[in-house]
Amino acid sequence: MTLPLISLIPALPLAAVALHLLLGDRLGKRGTALLACGAVGAAFLLALRAVFALAARPEADRTLVEIVTTWMRAGDFSVDISFLLDPLSAVMILVVTGVGFLIHVYSIGYMAHDASFRRFFLYLNLFMFAMLTLVLADNFLLMFVGWEGVGLCSYLLIGFWYERPSAAQAGKKAFVVNRIGDFGFLLGMLTLFAFGGTLNFTRLFAVAPHVFAAGGTVITIATLLLFLGATGKSAQIPLYVWLPDAMEGPTPVSALIHAATMVTAGVYMVARCHVLFRLAPVSLEVVAVVGAATALFAATIGLAQNDIKRVLAYSTVSQLGYMFMACGVGAFSAGIFHLMTHSFFKALLFLGAGSVIHALSNEQDLRRMGALSSRLPWTHGTMLVATLAITGLPPLAGFFSKDEILSSAFASGHFGVWLVGVAGAVITAFYMFRLYILCFRGSSRLTHEAEQHLHESRPSMIAPLVVLAVLSAVGGWVGMPFQAGGHAFERWLRPVFEGGPAFAPARELSHGTEWALVAVSVTAGVIGILTALRLYLQSPQTATSLASRYASLRTLLVNKYWIDELLDAAVVRPFGAFSGWLWRFWDVVIVDGTVNAVGYALEGASAVLRLFQTGFVGTYALFLALGVAAMLLHFLRHG
Amino acid sequence: MSGVIPLSWSLALSATLFVIGVVGVLVRRNALVIFMSIELMLNAANLAFVAFGRSLQSLDGQIFVFFVMTVAAAEVAVGLAIIVNLFRLRETVFVDEVNLLKG
Amino acid sequence: MIFLFAGFAALLVASSLLVVLHRNPVTSALFLVLAFCSLGGIYLLLQAEFVALVQVIVYAGAIMVLFLFVIMYLNLRQDVERGVQTAIRRGLGWLVGAVLLAEAFALIAKRWQVGPVSGGPEMLEGNTQAIGRALYTRYLFPFEITSLLLLVAMIGVIVIAKGRGGTAAADDSAEEKP
Repeated sequence: MTLPLISLIPALPLAAVALHLLLGDRLGKRGTALLACGAVGAAFLLALRAVFALAARPEADRTLVEIVTTWMRAGDFSVDISFLLDPLSAVMILVVTGVGFLIHVYSIGYMAHDASFRRFFLYLNLFMFAMLTLVLADNFLLMFVGWEGVGLCSYLLIGFWYERPSAAQAGKKAFVVNRIGDFGFLLGMLTLFAFGGTLNFTRLFAVAPHVFAAGGTVITIATLLLFLGATGKSAQIPLYVWLPDAMEGPTPVSALIHAATMVTAGVYMVARCHVLFRLAPVSLEVVAVVGAATALFAATIGLAQNDIKRVLAYSTVSQLGYMFMACGVGAFSAGIFHLMTHSFFKALLFLGAGSVIHALSNEQDLRRMGALSSRLPWTHGTMLVATLAITGLPPLAGFFSKDEILSSAFASGHFGVWLVGVAGAVITAFYMFRLYILCFRGSSRLTHEAEQHLHESRPSMIAPLVVLAVLSAVGGWVGMPFQAGGHAFERWLRPVFEGGPAFAPARELSHGTEWALVAVSVTAGVIGILTALRLYLQSPQTATSLASRYASLRTLLVNKYWIDELLDAAVVRPFGAFSGWLWRFWDVVIVDGTVNAVGYALEGASAVLRLFQTGFVGTYALFLALGVAAMLLHFLRHG
Repeated sequence: MSGVIPLSWSLALSATLFVIGVVGVLVRRNALVIFMSIELMLNAANLAFVAFGRSLQSLDGQIFVFFVMTVAAAEVAVGLAIIVNLFRLRETVFVDEVNLLKG
Repeated sequence: MIFLFAGFAALLVASSLLVVLHRNPVTSALFLVLAFCSLGGIYLLLQAEFVALVQVIVYAGAIMVLFLFVIMYLNLRQDVERGVQTAIRRGLGWLVGAVLLAEAFALIAKRWQVGPVSGGPEMLEGNTQAIGRALYTRYLFPFEITSLLLLVAMIGVIVIAKGRGGTAAADDSAEEKP
């Protein structure tokens, strides 16, 4: 069997970017869309082929490395541009290209009336290239290239409608906050290189147990720095603040970048470095606690948001917290499993929200929606599937992955984390059904104008919704629990996660306990759903009275715990003041002063020299001859 | 051979010719005459080449003269074309009436 | 031989001075022809027969014809050289020239006080033959490059002399088409 061409998968979107740039608007909208979707679709097919080729190999041999070229070499430091396909990256490329392709198709309809149609698809393709580079890289440096690339595309796409100041501001915020995380990633990478001597994943993970003492300071610091990078990219406490603002971008972007793919890069990175994290139990503990805290914290904020996309954004932050929680308790495959199912149903939720926003002429406020279920039947149906999936009701995808995370947390002895996770699940179910009810049920609160233009989206937008709905429904079945030797998804990832020397198999739970845990998590979801139904559908006045009774709590949640304001006062303003001082004194007086002084001096000298530039050839010839005479004189005296 | 020309004589002649060319460039304002003076300077260099080649008993000097002549031919053609164009534009060949080089 | 050299040298200096001094460009050009021819004579004395002949044919012949053609094409009168500025420039020019000449002579006197060179070894082949051999062996690449240079110069001249688009020449060619 011929080896699959791994490098072609990221190369296709890059080629599409080049063509977008070269051909420009000559392609027309149809051509642009065809090129963009075609490239990603072809990448998906190639990824499928590569994964099948990988699956055909014996389990112990499921690692393909394709070295394209040597990137740089300096002394004994050398980095290749090379791609690594193993079961972990296989899952990632399938998710990225598959969900990415559906979102590309959806975007054709969503962006049809936008003037910058081509720019949008150019950025999307560039993002696909960067994301695929990130997940396929076989060394830290190439991964960092993808890491920065997706950050750049995220910035460009959040600020896509840059003529809106809020969008430009949000893009800037995302960029700056991500810089902090990237800085951590870079430092972690350099630490690993300084001690491990290589940036190649395979080699570094092989030498890691010999170089780093288990639980030692160096590995703990290095992994914590890496995790700082992950919190930036994957919007965890303390660096989550950019993601809700990132909703300023077009909705397909929110679905692709800020729900399904880019924000999961942090989880992927932690899972990829599981060997290192297992060597640093303290770091793992931090990951679990931060993940659990974020899961609950973001979920509570999501309770009180009225912007449909912001609710989903906080939900994304919260779900990402669950993934980190899984990684932190050592259940990396559960984290990746949840990453996959989440990318299905969260992409679906965002696309559905986009469809609603589209139908309501860009209305995003839940308070001006309602009773849309009959008017937007397709959107409603698919959204319902996604909502049920995220609340974790069986047999939908979210149930299997979330249940696995919670039971892993329980099994590993992290009862606190497990409790927080269950609480988060209740809240998740509650706010998701609040969103669903406010949007699709109850009485219509639409503005007259929106009512006029109300229409179901075109088929090209509905089709991806349906595909994603099917995936959200059945995508979790690969992780069917209660199977001897683990379920299919776990067995697939096992060669990646169980090779490490520090690997300790999780404590097996008895079937009784496992059933009990399933019951708890389902009950949690049902409680959340029932509360939401009771409060928002049956007796909306209860919700109002509750809101007034706990007004202070509500204010706290509506204002997102004043975290943005706190950061503004504690970090942004002092920094701004300091920068202002730097500007007014250091830059204007010292730097500009020096530069201006040099300029004035040159200007004065030039004013004299200018007299010699007459423009007449004769004058120049005279000076030339004088110069020759002077040279000859020099030879005469010293020759 | 009754007498061989001393090298210094040829060099002195070459220097004289060169200086005459320099003076021509400096004192005349007609672009064509300036051009002819430049040709004089080139020929002075050629004379020096040949004289040194003779003194060192090498052919290389003469080969270089050949190349200089080729370059001179190309230069004359281009230069004269420029002068013709200048005359068309400004109705003059006097270099002190043209100061396009002034920035 | 020395007398011949002195004669040619005197002719050369005199005619090149006249090139510089004469007011009429046509006369200047004719004196330049004379100067080139006498230089050719000096080349002959220096046993550079090939260069001497090329000097007469190419320089005094082809290049000078081009000069004369341009002078007559432009229909130039005698130069008018008047005014304070011109006088200043002339004075400066002659002054610089004198300084340069003095320095050059001093240099020659200082550095190359070599006596007469002994006659060169008997050439086995003629001067032209030897030059041809050298040009096509050791100097083949420079030689080929000069041909390229001439081609570039030719194209350049055509482009420059044609002037910008919309000139009479362009109009002519447009008229010729149908």
